[in-house]
Amino acid sequence: MRSIIEYLKEIVFGVWSLMQGMKVTGSYFFRPSTIVTQKYPDNRKELVMYERFKGEVVMPHNEKNEHKCTGCGICELNCPNGTIEIISKTIVTEDGKKKKAIDKHIYRLGMCTFCALCVKTCPSNALAFSQGFEHAVFNRALLIKTLNKPGSQLMKGVE
Amino acid sequence: MEEKVKNITTEEQQEYVINMGPQHPSTHGVLRLVVSLKGETVKSVQPHIGYIHRGIEKMCESITYPQVIHLTDRMDYLSAHINNEAVCLAVEKALEVEISDRIKVIRTLMSELTRIQSHQLWWASFGMDLGGLTCFFYGLRDREKILDIFEETCGSRMIVSYNCPGGVMYDLHPDFAKKVKEFIRYFRKILPEYNQLLTGNVIFHERSKGIGNLSLEDAISFGITGPSGRASGFSCDVRKHEPYSAYDRVTFKEILYTQGDTYHRYVARIEEMWESMNIIEQLIDNIPEGPFAVKMKPVIKLPEGEYYQRVETARGELGVYVISDGNKNPYRVKFRSPNFVNLSVLNHIAKGFKIADLVAIGGSLDLVIPDIDR
Amino acid sequence: MPFDIYNFTSFTQWIDSSLHNAMSPFWTALTEMVIIGVLVLMFYAVVGLFLVYAERKVCAFMQNRLGPNRVGPFGIFQTIADLVKLLFVELIPIKNADGFLFNLAPFIVIIAGFMAIAAIPFANGLHAIDMNIGVLYVIAVSSMGVIGVLLAGWSSNNKYSLIGAMRSGAQIISYELSVGLALITIVILAGSMQLSVIVEAQRDGWFIFKGHIPAFIAFIIFLISSTAETNRGPFDLAEAESELTAGYHTEYSGIKFAFFFLAEYMNMFIVASIAATIFLGGWMPFHVGPWVGFNHIMDFIPPFVWYIGKTFFVIFLMMWFKWTFPRLRIDQLLTLEWKYLLPINLVNVLIMAFLVLMGWHF
Ligand code: SF4
Ligand code: SF4
Repeated sequence: MRSIIEYLKEIVFGVWSLMQGMKVTGSYFFRPSTIVTQKYPDNRKELVMYERFKGEVVMPHNEKNEHKCTGCGICELNCPNGTIEIISKTIVTEDGKKKKAIDKHIYRLGMCTFCALCVKTCPSNALAFSQGFEHAVFNRALLIKTLNKPGSQLMKGVE
Repeated sequence: MEEKVKNITTEEQQEYVINMGPQHPSTHGVLRLVVSLKGETVKSVQPHIGYIHRGIEKMCESITYPQVIHLTDRMDYLSAHINNEAVCLAVEKALEVEISDRIKVIRTLMSELTRIQSHQLWWASFGMDLGGLTCFFYGLRDREKILDIFEETCGSRMIVSYNCPGGVMYDLHPDFAKKVKEFIRYFRKILPEYNQLLTGNVIFHERSKGIGNLSLEDAISFGITGPSGRASGFSCDVRKHEPYSAYDRVTFKEILYTQGDTYHRYVARIEEMWESMNIIEQLIDNIPEGPFAVKMKPVIKLPEGEYYQRVETARGELGVYVISDGNKNPYRVKFRSPNFVNLSVLNHIAKGFKIADLVAIGGSLDLVIPDIDR
Repeated sequence: MPFDIYNFTSFTQWIDSSLHNAMSPFWTALTEMVIIGVLVLMFYAVVGLFLVYAERKVCAFMQNRLGPNRVGPFGIFQTIADLVKLLFVELIPIKNADGFLFNLAPFIVIIAGFMAIAAIPFANGLHAIDMNIGVLYVIAVSSMGVIGVLLAGWSSNNKYSLIGAMRSGAQIISYELSVGLALITIVILAGSMQLSVIVEAQRDGWFIFKGHIPAFIAFIIFLISSTAETNRGPFDLAEAESELTAGYHTEYSGIKFAFFFLAEYMNMFIVASIAATIFLGGWMPFHVGPWVGFNHIMDFIPPFVWYIGKTFFVIFLMMWFKWTFPRLRIDQLLTLEWKYLLPINLVNVLIMAFLVLMGWHF
């Protein structure tokens, strides 16, 4: 007799525990307001990334097409992956002195691991992260970017 | 003699060898298990590893200390922050830098959030291993909330690279405390739902109780750490025994069970999520003021010598062993990764159970393959 | 043309007699077969596709997701797009597979489903054939599908497939018993195996209400064991995605895979409609004894809608099971059958027989 009661208890407990689970899934089924899916390509306009989001490394330019990069090469040294390549040139400043300046700041997006070391260590704060995250391109060569815009110059007052 | 040879061949012929992996839904990555079966019963499991070996330890020898950190993210990608912290602690120990309380608290908070999100993902995939696919989506849904917090403060969601020697990269976002509190409030309501859906379920009990038993002796001799070890009664929580960061100023329970089966490995992790929430709640209201990073020299050179630091990741004890010859690159770095050690016990505990149990046992060990291969 | 959505008997008889007038009996029979075959085929495809869509939506909502929402409004054309894709996908030839059996297997699975549909009364007078052993026929035919599964697993020459197929064999043979006994409970109550008679007997109340607790228990057991028989979660051991990748149909691709896929959903539809017919009164509207006005309103809803509604209710239950529970292990599966369902079922049949003998049912 005892074992029969145990047996029935087992069944009742089992069914009850299964109903608990069904309660959870069922309650979500009837509450579509809890859906968390984002309709991604449709919500591009409303989608705002957090301001610290590490999308890709960029070099901000001001409206006069000036940037802050002095071409010192520290970012190149600090990058663990060899993502950055600095090609510098020698220019003659107004007062006739020869000076090293950036010619091309080459950044290979395909190799970047977004560790932020370059941005953190740049002595003149020339680099920043952009919030763009749609990096897919059809040609690998497009992932190699030159960060300083053509014809851009060093901002006044940055050494 | 001849008779014996014949016996072996018939024995071997009866064995049904299947290759689980490298591409298999329940190995969670590129792990290959060569499983010998007799009927459905597992006779032996042989893990074959190395499919995702990237030579991280060797790579570390050619880069500087700050650069090493971003590689450690990629070992156990679910405990990325804790791995970072381990290297930073080792470097700070070597240089004997005093770091401020704020940094310690920030690191602890982040570690515990990492632990929760790792356990959430584990819960999700463990449910999926057992065939309850809905668990997967609930787990990921809630994990997303932590990842949003990470993204706001650290800039990335999973591979955070948030630590640097001497502190953290950025200060906490002004909204951090508010959001974490919101999350804790939310998750305290959701976690009982996890229990209703899976923990209390009679099918789940049948599937996990008494499966894959690991005794205390074996746990110690195999070196199983983390929740898997603690489920067998092996008190191995580094946070308790060798407190680092701010763990010495919070009170929390070390979750210990003695049964050591799949069910208790499961419950240990669920309970750890509660404990992590307790730790966070103790710290979140009074984060000390101060700098978020100590100023370090631009080129970090460790004095000659050997340094070891252990931390408790979501899966067990991670040890970082650094040998320095005084240069800016480490001479040798060795990671004692918890997953590699935990994998070694699989054959021992899965033997004699069914193939479906092997999946459950593998899931309950919570293996992350890149951490095994490094 | 006597068309009446409440009673199809005269309509089908009208078709039959006008065909008889036009041609000889042999050709009449042949034409009718072709008509029914085409109708069933279309029905099969439409219901299969719809069920795939429904399952994806239901599980998505249970999992806090949206489900398909790209192709067409609310993604309703998603499954059609998937089917078109499957039609064009390459059929990968398997080395060392037993070619003949390998190709035969999907058809056996599909044909078993077809044959079962023939006996189901969709509405008053709307069924292909009304045998006096309808229940027996349905049980016999629907269990034929397992042969296809076994052949698929065996002929694929894949170890996972073989394990899946063997599991499926053990599972279906055991659960067949429970399905049969659960139906027998109702056959005792109805006193007939003819599906139309069973439905007719539920005019004044569905069997699940008329048969007291035994009928309810039989319904639950039927639900459980038919879920197992159709290889659906939590009894999807034959596929067991996380253990055996895809079980018996691991090696199938393209349209052959689509056959298995559709067959799974059709089997679900078939067992759901059997459950609806036998326990929930088939196309009979919901009647409460003395409430004449209420009964009239219920009568106003066409029988076909009642039938579909009940079937989908049962299907929804089965989907709910699948998306909530973890999977059982093979030995637990068999334990559940032999140690729990079967004894309960046997006792249940006895109680039911006793109730009927004493005339204690409504
Ligand atoms: S970006 Fe900064 S670190 Fe890099 S070269 Fe320019 S100034 Fe130097
Ligand atoms: S973010 Fe890191 S990997 Fe990327 S360019 Fe900067 S230093 Fe290099």
